[in-house]
Amino acid sequence: MSTTPDNVIGQFDDRGFLRRLSWFDWAWAAAFLVGTLYASVHFGPWMDVYEQGILYLGYATLIWVGWVWKPARLFSLVVAGLTLFALFQYPDLAAAERNFFLNYLLSSQSAIMWMCALFPAATVVYFAGLLARSEYTQKVGSALTWAASGAGFIGLLVRWWESYLISPEIGRIPVTNLYEVFVLFAMTTGLIYLYYEHRYRTRALGGFVGLIITASVGFLLWYHFDRQAHEIDPLIPALQSWWMKIHVPTNFVAYGAFAIAAMVGVAYLVQARNPERWRQRGLPGAEAMDDLMYRTIALGFAFFTIATILGAFWAAEAWGGYWSWDPKETWSLITWLTYAGWLHLRFTKGWRGTPMAWWAIIGLLVTTFTFLGVNIFLSGLHSYGEL
Amino acid sequence: METTSSPSQVREKRRRQGTGSVLLHFLGSMNLAITLLVVVAIASVIGTIIQQNQPYPDYLLKFGPFWFEAFATLGLYDVYSAGWYLFLLAFLVVSTSICLSRHTPSVLKEMRRYREHQQERSLRAFSNRREWTTRLDPAQVEALGAQTLQRHRFRFRSKAHGDARLLAGMAGRSNRLGYVFTHLSIVVICVGGIIDGNLLLKFREWTGQLQIETRNIPVSQVDPSSRLPVSRGAFRGNVNIPEGRSAGVVFLDLKDGYVVQDLPFRLHVEEFRVEHYDTGEPRSFESDVILTAPELDEPIVQTIRVNHPLTYRGYAIYQASFGDGGSLLGMRAWPLRGDDREPWELDGEVLKDQPIDVAGREYRLELEDFQLFNVRPTEDAETRRDVRNVGPSFTYRLRAPTGEAREYHNFMLPVEVRGRQYFLSGVRSTPQEEFRYLHLPADSRGRPDTFLAFYNLLQDQDSLRAASERAAEATLSEYGLGDSGLVPQVALSARDLVRRLLEEDMQAVLEYLEDSMLERQVPEDRRQMLMTFSRLAMERTLWEAYLEARSDGDLQPVSAADEQGQAFFRDALAALSAMDLYAAPVFLELTDFEQIQATGLMIARAPGQPVVYAGFGLLTLGILLMFYVSHRRAWCWIKPRPDGGTDVLLAGANQRDPLGFQRSFGELADELDARLKAAESGAGGRRAGGGGVSILGGAVGGPRGTAGLRNRP
Ligand code: HEM
Repeated sequence: MSTTPDNVIGQFDDRGFLRRLSWFDWAWAAAFLVGTLYASVHFGPWMDVYEQGILYLGYATLIWVGWVWKPARLFSLVVAGLTLFALFQYPDLAAAERNFFLNYLLSSQSAIMWMCALFPAATVVYFAGLLARSEYTQKVGSALTWAASGAGFIGLLVRWWESYLISPEIGRIPVTNLYEVFVLFAMTTGLIYLYYEHRYRTRALGGFVGLIITASVGFLLWYHFDRQAHEIDPLIPALQSWWMKIHVPTNFVAYGAFAIAAMVGVAYLVQARNPERWRQRGLPGAEAMDDLMYRTIALGFAFFTIATILGAFWAAEAWGGYWSWDPKETWSLITWLTYAGWLHLRFTKGWRGTPMAWWAIIGLLVTTFTFLGVNIFLSGLHSYGEL
Repeated sequence: METTSSPSQVREKRRRQGTGSVLLHFLGSMNLAITLLVVVAIASVIGTIIQQNQPYPDYLLKFGPFWFEAFATLGLYDVYSAGWYLFLLAFLVVSTSICLSRHTPSVLKEMRRYREHQQERSLRAFSNRREWTTRLDPAQVEALGAQTLQRHRFRFRSKAHGDARLLAGMAGRSNRLGYVFTHLSIVVICVGGIIDGNLLLKFREWTGQLQIETRNIPVSQVDPSSRLPVSRGAFRGNVNIPEGRSAGVVFLDLKDGYVVQDLPFRLHVEEFRVEHYDTGEPRSFESDVILTAPELDEPIVQTIRVNHPLTYRGYAIYQASFGDGGSLLGMRAWPLRGDDREPWELDGEVLKDQPIDVAGREYRLELEDFQLFNVRPTEDAETRRDVRNVGPSFTYRLRAPTGEAREYHNFMLPVEVRGRQYFLSGVRSTPQEEFRYLHLPADSRGRPDTFLAFYNLLQDQDSLRAASERAAEATLSEYGLGDSGLVPQVALSARDLVRRLLEEDMQAVLEYLEDSMLERQVPEDRRQMLMTFSRLAMERTLWEAYLEARSDGDLQPVSAADEQGQAFFRDALAALSAMDLYAAPVFLELTDFEQIQATGLMIARAPGQPVVYAGFGLLTLGILLMFYVSHRRAWCWIKPRPDGGTDVLLAGANQRDPLGFQRSFGELADELDARLKAAESGAGGRRAGGGGVSILGGAVGGPRGTAGLRNRP
């Protein structure tokens, strides 16, 4: 291998994927492996075999993401480091108020509040950069988005710990109610956006995606202050299942991707009104945005399909049937059909552009109804997320 | 996928094809598919707006008789098994199957074809292409091209076109399988769903072989035409089993009734438990069951919990609900009407009816429910966590001989409301109403006795007369009219007011008082005084009665200044005022109980489940293949030049992802470019790596010729 001319040239690298990994890639993966093994043993008494499986699956997913998308490595290190630091400051719940770091930065409430401040800030900065055509300002926007996503991530992880501090019987993964999943939504949407920002080498769409995240942050703040939704309540029996640990996050990757698609759709429509001016400002061309819309919808559709299937497995175990036409299930089907329609129009009818942008936006409205409206307006088996 | 043709051509073609294939064409058409996707989506919405499978009377109440009928005809109370909805789904499945069967052959063929017949001219028309002229000879170029293609995971065929040679490469062909898997999975999932939809049962229902039972009768009395024998079909039903009892059937809800499904086993319920968090919310529901079946040597003993069903030979048994299983209640009945006001004890069993005589009339007492815990928000609750348990309660219905009934909800223990203790008794006349609670003040021993004795005293002619006379005397003497001989008159009026108070409320009493003054044309200046006086006399009467009730109950006497006694008295008056709304012949106090719970189990059989799960697998796989495997082709056209060098043309195509392919084609071309340059710039003698060489069988020689490498865009 090493004597082929290819290596001499060095313009391309014909080593296999694993061989191309740097020492840092390996060290990083090893560090997280140690953490995972430790968690697997240390928290073993609280976990059943499925949960162990999910832990290692989570590890594998993390490593795969980090190797494919390099910035995720540093991000995960920072998040893990700060979370561990927070946990060491946390002998009991009261420490949240005594301890300086917890009180102002790292208790789940503080971290989530930081997230709530940073996402809107990022949105403003992204737009400022777009309008002022300032590369640097947009970079600041990216940095803020990284920080906001990190804060949300840390907030959730610390909240996980806090739930056990309240009482071991209450402890559970923080993806069980509307408040928690809104944090999850903001954070995953932020991260998925950052991935595409990296891949498409444009920061111009950050403001648009920021809008939807900011909207969810607005809801979160209302929900927090008006409804005290941030309190950690014990889990009702129907939710005490390891299925939740994979079903919910999978769903939120889908929701995040659909949200991004819709916001790219908005950007598409904005740019369609005056393509020349927006091109000068650095907004990607129509074709690129169209492509990005497809990528995100495809990602969302794949995850949504898997999440719905996982939901069906769970339902078969909890409710006595994989499909009960419960409103949430039915609206998932509706959402799924909406995006299946979008994909068909694109690939079999060759539709592009404005109508597809509108369809993506309407798709997000349908998705939002599935995610939120069903809980507010309709009653059914999924009624735990009531407002 | 659709080939384009002019309308007239299409018409011509159809005429030749005949109606059968026109229909087939229509059913498999994309427009129909998209329309169906949207229509099914919209139709599904209906079932989420109208709550499904509720009891029919609820719908009747909600929609009124006209719309109730209309919606029932349309099947809107069970949309997802309504004929028209199933028809839509079937339509979608047919359309998908036809689409699949039409496209699959060409998809499979496309997967196998390398397109090695592509001509140079057509390659030149590709937007993704790059050309070179090199002094390497064709065999060397071919080896390099092969290496490059292979490293980019292209499989290829090599074909001679005259003296030129074409490497026709293809990668990611499983992408095309994705299409097949995805659409096949839709069909598979729907087939599984249909198996579990149990069409046989629906068919028997439609043809009248199966009668829906609407009466609430013991299983043994259910007619065989409403009973389903053990079979291999799918069903989903519910059964409530009290602790200590067993069952061998489940009930399948159908329309406004049910049918009985026999099971090949019996379930015995040992115990049902609800465990609570310290915040009062339930933490787990679980039933200890014993399953026995003829073919089992040992019975299966297991605890069923939410999320942890018991599965036995394809039957899955779930913890679905719970309720009362016939708790035994000890009660004290306090008659509120009639002459004999002595309370008496009685026993009852929840879910059973029994006669109860009150004041000479025979009522039916229908004990409905017993609740051991009642977790309520505390009064000054700020968060949802501020809750308290207010103890056991029970619900019963009293049905008068005329048939009408009211429902009551009584708590066993006094409940604290704004610092005072009350026995709460809710009442309502229809299930749609909320309970309205009568607050009976608890006395200093935490008993309802004092209030009830007080109430009874007031209704007893002699006692009331005595109390009113004492009151009249006391009141008159306070006004300095002690011996004016007005006592009987004042007492009479006070009794009159008290009776009114019992029948109506305080507001009505005051209005009556005012009206009667006007009627008797009492002069303006004395009216106010008289009214105050009458009211005082009435209140004094009540107070006297209260004192008597207290002493009957052996409680310490109260003085007018006793804060507690005063507060109780105020509460008692408020309760008196509300008694007319309560309108019960008897107050049932819960004195004793033995809780017997029933577990609500759902039992389901879904033979289609493996089919559906297989479909899920296909669907996931199909979608991943379709989205994340990119099907791409590349061609490398290698033409010898007269000078011994070679002309190279690299072209590529990807129908579905032009933008992404632009980049990956760029990488492919860059690599070939680099390989060509390296080979040309005297890496001579070195063995080129990669497996491409041996596949082609041609050895790679050193660089030959002198023509510079030119990169022709
Ligand atoms: C429940 C019904 C259906 C569902 C959920 C469904 C789903 C999908 C999905 C997810 C795709 C992928 C889009 C993409 O390539 O990214 C697709 C593609 C496609 N579907 Fe369907 N489909 C359905 C029915 C149909 C029907 C009835 C037809 C036939 C008219 C059809 C024809 C196609 C074709 C031709 C493609 C493009 C395949 C390609 O070029 O790769 N589909 N479908």
